[in-house]
Amino acid sequence: MRHMHSRWGSQISFLSLALVLVALPFVMQNDFHFDIATQIAIIAATVVGLNLLVGFAGQVSLGHAAFFAIGAYSSAILTSRYGFTPLPAMLAGAVGVAVLALILGKPILRLKGHYLSMATLGLGIIIAIIINNEGWLTGGPDGIPVPPLSVFGMELSIFEQYEIAGYTLSGTLLWYILAAGLLLVAVWIAQNLIDSPIGRALRAVHGSEVAARVVGVDTTRYKALVFVISAVYASVMGSFFAHYSGFITPQIASFQHSIELITMVVLGGMASTYGVILGAALLLLLPQLLTDFQDYEMMMFGLILMLTMIFMPKGLLPTFQQILRRALRRSPKTDP
Amino acid sequence: MLAEFLQYLFSGITTGAIYALVALGFTLVYNASHVINFAQGEFLMIGGMATVSLLALGIPLPLAIFMAILLAGILGILLQRLAIAPAKHADVITLIIITIGASIFLRGLAQLIWGKELHALPSFSSTESLHVGGAVMYTQSLWVLGIATVIVLALVVFFKYTLMGKAILATSMNKRAAQLVGIRIQWVLMIAFMLAATLGAVAGVAIAPISFTTYDIGIMLGLKGFVAAAIGGLGSGVGAVVGGLLLGIAETMTAGYISSEYKDAVAFLLILLILFFMPRGLFGSRVAERV
Repeated sequence: MRHMHSRWGSQISFLSLALVLVALPFVMQNDFHFDIATQIAIIAATVVGLNLLVGFAGQVSLGHAAFFAIGAYSSAILTSRYGFTPLPAMLAGAVGVAVLALILGKPILRLKGHYLSMATLGLGIIIAIIINNEGWLTGGPDGIPVPPLSVFGMELSIFEQYEIAGYTLSGTLLWYILAAGLLLVAVWIAQNLIDSPIGRALRAVHGSEVAARVVGVDTTRYKALVFVISAVYASVMGSFFAHYSGFITPQIASFQHSIELITMVVLGGMASTYGVILGAALLLLLPQLLTDFQDYEMMMFGLILMLTMIFMPKGLLPTFQQILRRALRRSPKTDP
Repeated sequence: MLAEFLQYLFSGITTGAIYALVALGFTLVYNASHVINFAQGEFLMIGGMATVSLLALGIPLPLAIFMAILLAGILGILLQRLAIAPAKHADVITLIIITIGASIFLRGLAQLIWGKELHALPSFSSTESLHVGGAVMYTQSLWVLGIATVIVLALVVFFKYTLMGKAILATSMNKRAAQLVGIRIQWVLMIAFMLAATLGAVAGVAIAPISFTTYDIGIMLGLKGFVAAAIGGLGSGVGAVVGGLLLGIAETMTAGYISSEYKDAVAFLLILLILFFMPRGLFGSRVAERV
């Protein structure tokens, strides 16, 4: 099979990711770097969840930004207007998204191919339009401020300094640590899910849905389940994103944002958890690298996207792995 | 009362005709290659914008329109040759991302050339508007309807009576078999992309005098064209036209009688409802899934 990750292999990959995340603060020089890294970690965790649906179960979603936005807006609205504290607000958002995904999942996932793309796209755009239009609740196109994250009365804001065990730590560093931790948890849950019977069933659905059904996999149930899980991932990360940025606009619900999320999955490498993290990092870093090109930024972005997908249709990480494997296999043969 | 209704109906049919043209572009490409071309909307933008620029250079309107459409056709061929053809073994979703990359590229290019401002195109003819039952029918709307009708008829003739049209149909039914009887698939694909781009550009030019044109109008128009194509059932020509008109009318009626803010949501609500109850659209063929 394609997925030959042994227990060992996946543990080594997980440790490598953890090491990179721990090493990064020593390399990053200013608040701007920390800001980008924190955003990448939050979005990467979202995309790890989306990959469960797209990469492993093979179901396309062009509307995932909607779930991210519902999470973010639930946190924003419930904390700022209805006196919720952040965690219960986040939970309420996640439960709401789970119920929505459960109700809509069944009729939507019955669809195949382009009809599925169409339906998820439509759902995403409808939610974006609602957020834009119901200004009395969401603040409309101007956006809405979000209070900082707080747990049991302890507030975490990027503008503060914190005394912890005699050390003074900046809010930006603490937020980075939180986001990195969230990413690790997201990956850990996803990997366990993939290695579980659920994961095997999902891959069977991806391979051939009919064959999976023949051998007794309840495909409808598993597809709905993974749809709900990936939607909840997006919702929770949306909530964290809202508290982190302190201000959100309907842009996070837009079709473009959905496209960015799915692009991260495909660019990094479908069905590769670490690949999609790479995809998220690259896609968020690219605009930073292209700012020098100013007017050409959008063109370059489209061009890079096109070229990468044309020449590496399997995505970046799987392609690199393939090249590496070939190189390793070839070298001993040249000996005799 | 009636005048109001007629007014909404007229503008609904006008936008509907535009959606139908875009949807036909999607259908053509989908039939030939099973690709959903998310860059389809950009050809509308290019058609409108290029005409504005050529007109500013002092080229007379009919020639400017012709050149703009030609330009879009060439870009359609380039898209197929340079971006779709090299990736023929890619997944459906990878192809979607490639066409999205192409649309971002074209939008970026347009932004570079034409900026972010709105551009206006004059009406094709300056005769006065018609008055029917108290409602106004703009002459440009008549142009849109006329052009759309001519194009639909031309497409019918093309597919029924020309060798190239039959070759495209054959390819859409069975690629392997078409190849065996000597149809050159690469040609068919190129022609399909060119025709789709041309249809898009025609729609873009025709609608430009009614709604302004700007570098990013392709996004929404493209998506709605996709919705129209899916309403009819992807791959059905009749479906694309009916889907387009239905969508245009539903949209203006909603804007007029219910809420103009939710006008853009109509398309997507409609497609969700249709897909929930008819998973293959109104006119989609019920083919068995291949295992």
